[in-house]
Amino acid sequence: MTSLITSDLATNLLVFLLATILGQELIRHVSRLLHTPLMALTNAISSVSFIAALIVLSYPGSSTITLLVTVAVALAATNIISGFLITDRILRMFERRKPKK
Amino acid sequence: MTDVLAEYLYVLSVVLFALSLKFMSQVKTSRLGNFCAVAGMVGAIIATLSAYQVHQTGLLVGAVVIGAVVGTPIGLKVAMTAVPQRTAMSHAFGSLAVALVGAAEYYQDVATIDPASLSVLCGEMVLGFLTFAGSCIAFGKLQGLITGRPVLFKGRNVVNMTVLGGAVATAVYLVANPAMGQLIPIMAALALLFGFLMVMGIGGADMPTVIAILNSFAGLSAAALGFVLDNKLLIVAGSLDGSSGLILAIIMSQAMNRSFANILFGGFGAVAVSTQASSQTARTVQAYTVDDAAVVLQSARSVIFVPGYGMAVAQAQHAVKELADVLEARGVDVKYAIHPVAGRMPGHMNVLLAEAQVPYDQLWEMDRVNPLFPETDVAVVVGANDVTNPAAKTRPDSPLYGMPVLDVDKAKTVIFIKRSTGPGFAGVENELFYLPNTMMVFGDAKKVLTELVAAVRKMGA
Repeated sequence: MTSLITSDLATNLLVFLLATILGQELIRHVSRLLHTPLMALTNAISSVSFIAALIVLSYPGSSTITLLVTVAVALAATNIISGFLITDRILRMFERRKPKK
Repeated sequence: MTDVLAEYLYVLSVVLFALSLKFMSQVKTSRLGNFCAVAGMVGAIIATLSAYQVHQTGLLVGAVVIGAVVGTPIGLKVAMTAVPQRTAMSHAFGSLAVALVGAAEYYQDVATIDPASLSVLCGEMVLGFLTFAGSCIAFGKLQGLITGRPVLFKGRNVVNMTVLGGAVATAVYLVANPAMGQLIPIMAALALLFGFLMVMGIGGADMPTVIAILNSFAGLSAAALGFVLDNKLLIVAGSLDGSSGLILAIIMSQAMNRSFANILFGGFGAVAVSTQASSQTARTVQAYTVDDAAVVLQSARSVIFVPGYGMAVAQAQHAVKELADVLEARGVDVKYAIHPVAGRMPGHMNVLLAEAQVPYDQLWEMDRVNPLFPETDVAVVVGANDVTNPAAKTRPDSPLYGMPVLDVDKAKTVIFIKRSTGPGFAGVENELFYLPNTMMVFGDAKKVLTELVAAVRKMGA
């Protein structure tokens, strides 16, 4: 079972803060041309909450829990699949016409 | 596979996710970035499936199949004009998924959960549910199912804060009495109501910022779930998403010269109307014909197109591209000036023009293109309005004052293609219409542009 106290809260906080700082730096350098596909991409990435649903689904739980998690799995899977597909579709449009010079 | 190996696969996924954002810095490497993110996702799922024993395999497969059946057509078919709605929907799905897993985790651990974990879990659920409701309303507004006007009522902010306060109070009471699971639906309902009320009060013009803020919330709630499950991959992915939404929201609000508080609580679009039309009642607009405009374009050496969302509404992006092609064939230097809030989400105008096969090196963002207007022969404004209004620079009494705008007025001639003589959506009169170097051409953008193409071609022959 999980617990913020037994799990290493300080380490998790460190990971969160470092990832946020890294994220700020990386996003700041993303081409302004690509802000729409960026949003589609980060949304697909954060749908890695799919694995959170998998983890909860591995516990022996009540039918309420199973129902909640199964719905979550379907929602996250929709986001992952549509997110990556649409990101690639948009990026292909930019690629199709390369600058002439 | 052992748990240890799964841990290392998680590390690989984290690196791939970070790299994917790095590769988004340039168009050239951007598709590689997307592939990195896909690889990271696949790695994460394989690692999780191997480290944890999932019991209900049938349900899992069924849910994934539903996800594929719904997600594939969305990914492959949604029109580029509808990408903002798709984005709002994906924020709704993502935040609801996170909120539901949070609720499941509570029911799972209710007997043993400690106050600290429960606090984070409650925060995660409140954020998840309010983002879900807010994103659904944003979807409705963008799709035109709900009015784009802000829905305001007296004491709106007091009511909203009371609802949010109620959700937080319920959460605090739950943390004090962890066994009271019946409080979860109450807390969820209050969070949903707050998200609904908040976004209902925001006008259609502010949707680019709202989408970015909801994006940030969705990411943060995923990161919070990572804390509860002690899953560092989820923490990283959630905070990357949260950072991205935050930065985009800041860029959008700066481009409109507004604070977050003003956007979330101000109810803009409704206020703006009252402060207009003070000293300009006597002025008239000079209308020109397509042929007049063609003569000017014919002698131009440099042209900058200024597209707005109205261009996409009129489905005129291909006509713009055609006119640009005709001009380029005559040796004219062609550029497109892109205001940060052009379109209905961050970067939307670039995507609409890329779809019309405009080369991306012709897309110039505001700060780079503004110094070029004084040397430009003709600026052609299509479906844009407020972002070209010089009153934002010169008239402190204008509701737009202080908002960064494109210096269209500095061009030698401005051709302004507009549907009707009425004021723009925000109700603010555009000073540009009355300048001596402005030629107003009235009519449907697509029709006018198509006629312009024909007229310029005829003159060239």
